[in-house]
Amino acid sequence: MPRVVFLEPDGRRREFSVPAGTTLMEAARQHGVDGILAQCGGACACATCHVYVDPAWLARLPAREDMEAGMLENAWEPRPNSRLSCQIHLTEDLDGLTVSVPERQG
Amino acid sequence: MTRPAIHEDSTPPGTVVIVGGGQAGAQAVDSLRRAGFGGRLVLIGAEATLPYQRPPLSKKYLQGELAAERLPFRHRAFYDEHDVELELGRRAVQLDVAASVVELDDGRRLDYHRLLLCLGATPRRPSWPGANLAGVHVLRTVEDADAIRADVRSGSRVVIVGGGYVGLETAATLRAMGCEVTVVEAAERILNRVASPESAAHFGARHREHGVRIRCGTGVARFEGATRVARVVLGDGTTLESDVVVVGIGAAPVTELAARAGLPCDDGVLVDAHCRTADARVFAAGDCARQESTRYGRRLRLESVDNAFEQAKTAAAAMLGAAAPHDRVPWFWSDQYQDKLLIVGLAEGHDRRVLRGDPQSGSFSVSYLKDGELIAVEAVNHSKDYMAGRKLIAERARVDPAALADPRVEMKDARIAPGTSH
Repeated sequence: MPRVVFLEPDGRRREFSVPAGTTLMEAARQHGVDGILAQCGGACACATCHVYVDPAWLARLPAREDMEAGMLENAWEPRPNSRLSCQIHLTEDLDGLTVSVPERQG
Repeated sequence: MTRPAIHEDSTPPGTVVIVGGGQAGAQAVDSLRRAGFGGRLVLIGAEATLPYQRPPLSKKYLQGELAAERLPFRHRAFYDEHDVELELGRRAVQLDVAASVVELDDGRRLDYHRLLLCLGATPRRPSWPGANLAGVHVLRTVEDADAIRADVRSGSRVVIVGGGYVGLETAATLRAMGCEVTVVEAAERILNRVASPESAAHFGARHREHGVRIRCGTGVARFEGATRVARVVLGDGTTLESDVVVVGIGAAPVTELAARAGLPCDDGVLVDAHCRTADARVFAAGDCARQESTRYGRRLRLESVDNAFEQAKTAAAAMLGAAAPHDRVPWFWSDQYQDKLLIVGLAEGHDRRVLRGDPQSGSFSVSYLKDGELIAVEAVNHSKDYMAGRKLIAERARVDPAALADPRVEMKDARIAPGTSH
């Protein structure tokens, strides 16, 4: 069960162990992480599960696909380390993955 | 709406009761607690499961790719931590707005200070002969999806009645599961009234490539069979042999509880911009509500995840005395095979349509304008135009149709600067 760490907009740290195969978005939503709305539930249709990935972890994630990149380009304050958390599937290799949640979604 | 002068108190509520455990109900719980509401919070849900997402029911869940435990929005621990009383598998059977009491199907009576109705919609069931035969399904709940899954196997002959989102998504999924699928649509084309001819053509072609047959322009006359459905007879006399039928012909708002309580209903529980019904203590949100829209200047009832989410937030804020009517632009999506349709805004009333990109390429968008203002964008496999459109529509931007039609120009650059004549 990989561990993931979310830094909520107000600085609160939330850490969970989640079954491999779960998406990062699901982990956030099931536990009610502040600032992750995840309205479409992982369909890559709303850009409301936007996170900033800790740069140390960025290179270890599979690259964005076109749909995700297109969503992020017009998301709220996109940065080079922006990802949609619904597109990140957690594996044992990602144990300790750390992301921060933007102040706003859209 | 003229509002009866009852219950105009503005004291912070002690008890909030939410009736309905779908998207809106779950979101209201979240919004109330996040806003600091510390009173008693009760969620009554007719289904026995924790509040869950419905969109995967016609897609990954039906196909068996998403396990049941991944459907709920939140784990049970979330509700425990936030001190939410879950009354699952229970229905509200009576509402007395004068006494502010709601009665459950086990006879218990709950007093409330604020009540939120999120009763959703119920699939329209056909009145055609044979509609009650075994093997004729609708799809709304996890129970419905389980029943369909239990009824089909590879090679099953399935007739889908209705070429809207539910019908087409179900068709794509059942085809991927090896069924022989025919879609029957009474209108002249699929996605009639909900998407452009270009999008309909794109998805129609995709279905045909995958071996789904689509028959438009004829409705169903009757279902035939002894105890199980065996044949679907169409209006034009054609007979389709079938093992399973899935009917997706729309849904009707659940308003009975509200209507019996004397709350005005008309294709939905009527609510103001704050999701408040005619009784100032009772609110409604989601598929069951028809809300006065500040953006559109009329009452709208929308069946969508986005709408349930935004209305629940609005109602929660209003219950706590914060006035924040939502005027956000509605959005929708549909997944079929590997293709994605993204729609933002409402195209109704448009006076111009602009196609962007080549539909043959499989990735394009259609923009809808009214008096020069962009009011809706429909994007097929094009998230960038969808997101750019979302911003422009929210800002009520005027756009240059020629720039919009040119895929070499970024959609966001099609905006006409305010004050510029064009």
